[in-house]
Amino acid sequence: MITLRLAYRNLMGAGLRTWLNTIVLSMAYVIIIWQKGLLDGWNYQARHDMTNWEIGGGQYWQEDYDPYDLFTLEKSHAQIPEALTGMNPQRPVAPILIGQATIYPQGRMQSCILRGIDPEQTVLHLPSAALQQDIAEIPVVLGTRMAESTNLNVGDTATIRWRDANGTFDAADARVVRIMKTNVPTVDQGQIWVPLARLQQMMQLPGEATIIVVGQDTNETGPQEGFVFRDRKYLTKDFEDMMQVEKLSGYIMYVILLSLALLAIFDTQILAIFRRRKEIGTLIALGMTRGAVIRLFTMEGAMHGILAAFVAAIYGIPLLTMQARWGIPMPDITDNYGLAISDRIFPIYSAGLITGTTCVIMVVVTIVSFIPARTISHLNPTDAIKGKLS
Amino acid sequence: MKFIFILALLLFPVPLHAQFPDGAAVLEKVDQNLNSTTQVIRSKMIIHSRRDTRTVESKSWTEGDKRAYTEYLAPAREKGTKMLKIQDQLWMYSPSTDRIIQISGHMLRQSVMGSDLSYEDMMEDQRLAGLYGAEIIGTEIIDGRTCWILHLVAKKDDVAYHSRTMWVDQERYVPMKEELYAKSGKLLKKTELSDFRQINDRWYPMHMRFKDVLKTGDGTEFVVDSIEFNTAVPEHLFSKAALRR
Repeated sequence: MITLRLAYRNLMGAGLRTWLNTIVLSMAYVIIIWQKGLLDGWNYQARHDMTNWEIGGGQYWQEDYDPYDLFTLEKSHAQIPEALTGMNPQRPVAPILIGQATIYPQGRMQSCILRGIDPEQTVLHLPSAALQQDIAEIPVVLGTRMAESTNLNVGDTATIRWRDANGTFDAADARVVRIMKTNVPTVDQGQIWVPLARLQQMMQLPGEATIIVVGQDTNETGPQEGFVFRDRKYLTKDFEDMMQVEKLSGYIMYVILLSLALLAIFDTQILAIFRRRKEIGTLIALGMTRGAVIRLFTMEGAMHGILAAFVAAIYGIPLLTMQARWGIPMPDITDNYGLAISDRIFPIYSAGLITGTTCVIMVVVTIVSFIPARTISHLNPTDAIKGKLS
Repeated sequence: MKFIFILALLLFPVPLHAQFPDGAAVLEKVDQNLNSTTQVIRSKMIIHSRRDTRTVESKSWTEGDKRAYTEYLAPAREKGTKMLKIQDQLWMYSPSTDRIIQISGHMLRQSVMGSDLSYEDMMEDQRLAGLYGAEIIGTEIIDGRTCWILHLVAKKDDVAYHSRTMWVDQERYVPMKEELYAKSGKLLKKTELSDFRQINDRWYPMHMRFKDVLKTGDGTEFVVDSIEFNTAVPEHLFSKAALRR
């Protein structure tokens, strides 16, 4: 207890030096928690959006389908298995037929992917009900990114050219019936949503689909002939990998930030030991063990961490709470990254994140404080009182 | 009497196209003019885009409708680019990246160097008589030459264009104009052929203008500088290794 009180008194006595160290360290606390919270918030939002807009409770893929190999798209279609047909409320599904096409908005030629979806599906948040229109043209739903790249608005028409299952060209006019706003670019960029039955007719593939999205609460995922089930873990693997890379680059930043703060503490410790060698010698001469003196100096250093945690809490809590409530606006350019990022990311600061970060910083600060204090163990008290450092 | 004659005409109508020759035979002669076992052709592709006009020069070696090798000679930006078609596969070599890529999926639908021709258009088989049933539906004079109007409808399901209309010179058996239609009947592409020259025993168009009618612009001109038919084509050209040479 004496050591603790002594350490506190010494720390306060150092004045400005202590506060400079504390402020730098508190910044490291806040920035690390803020960035980790931002990544966690993005991770949560992206998974939530991907589940709602794209992957549902998992997907059955036609066995030849490979989204990264467009060679496979021409043959990636099969009859929808009987067990997955119909709108069974116990087991809702959304079959999607995928085909390649070319759209000619205002006389420009642009490659696109046609995605046929049942207008009555309830599995995904896509506004597929808008496709239920009795018009001569093909009713289509576009995402905001696709609408922007094609320069099409609701009510506009454009010719779409495609090849049917036999490879014969066909073309028809399409009318934009709805433009949807989604954070998931994979259902938007380069994608044109049309009624499933219409696309099956256009491609001459009646009753067929490329993928079948199952409802979020569907637990039963038994094997279906001609289809392979891909669970959520599989479908979010790319995003997961990307998050790992982001986390890794985050760690590099943490190391740099912490290094700056710890370097300052390290320097302070070295300087303190040098300037207070007479005091150290006196303490040892008075009967304090070397271990106790090391503990005292280590405690002083470690207290920077505790003090910094309090300072960080004073300005960090309001700042981070404000961001968690209002979100951090993302620039428009992030729309083109091909990642699920919403307009605003709401950081999530979990208790685990705050406790974990605090503990890690405290441990590291203690270690950094201990390293220079070790030299005290070699100190001769007589030399120390004389002002010598052996 | 007059009434009986009209009635007889109504009951036993004489097919109007009976005066025309067999469409299939005409198409066969068109194929004979345009196709050969091998072709070595040096040509210019003049691409009229909205902003400017570009000319791309190339030399192609073709064997039937299955194998083709093309090397781009000009402009400097495209020089050294090579394309290889074997059956239904297409590879492209770009000297700037020193890489061979297979043109597939989306890319097949993209235009070749900004022209009105897509890669998949370049892949199309051209021997029409085997693919289409032909019927002559009329005659028309184009550039002072009398043409049969041939309506072609695909015999098989796996033909790229479901129907075509072709204006064929009655004397030379070469198409002067062609329109390509989608299955829905929508006009997709137009081709105009001109500057016909007699090469050995065949007539061949030295100038073609392709137009994707769904796209704005003035189309793409294809000018043949020189062409040789049925000459020996080195076998080594039809391999991926030839692309890097």
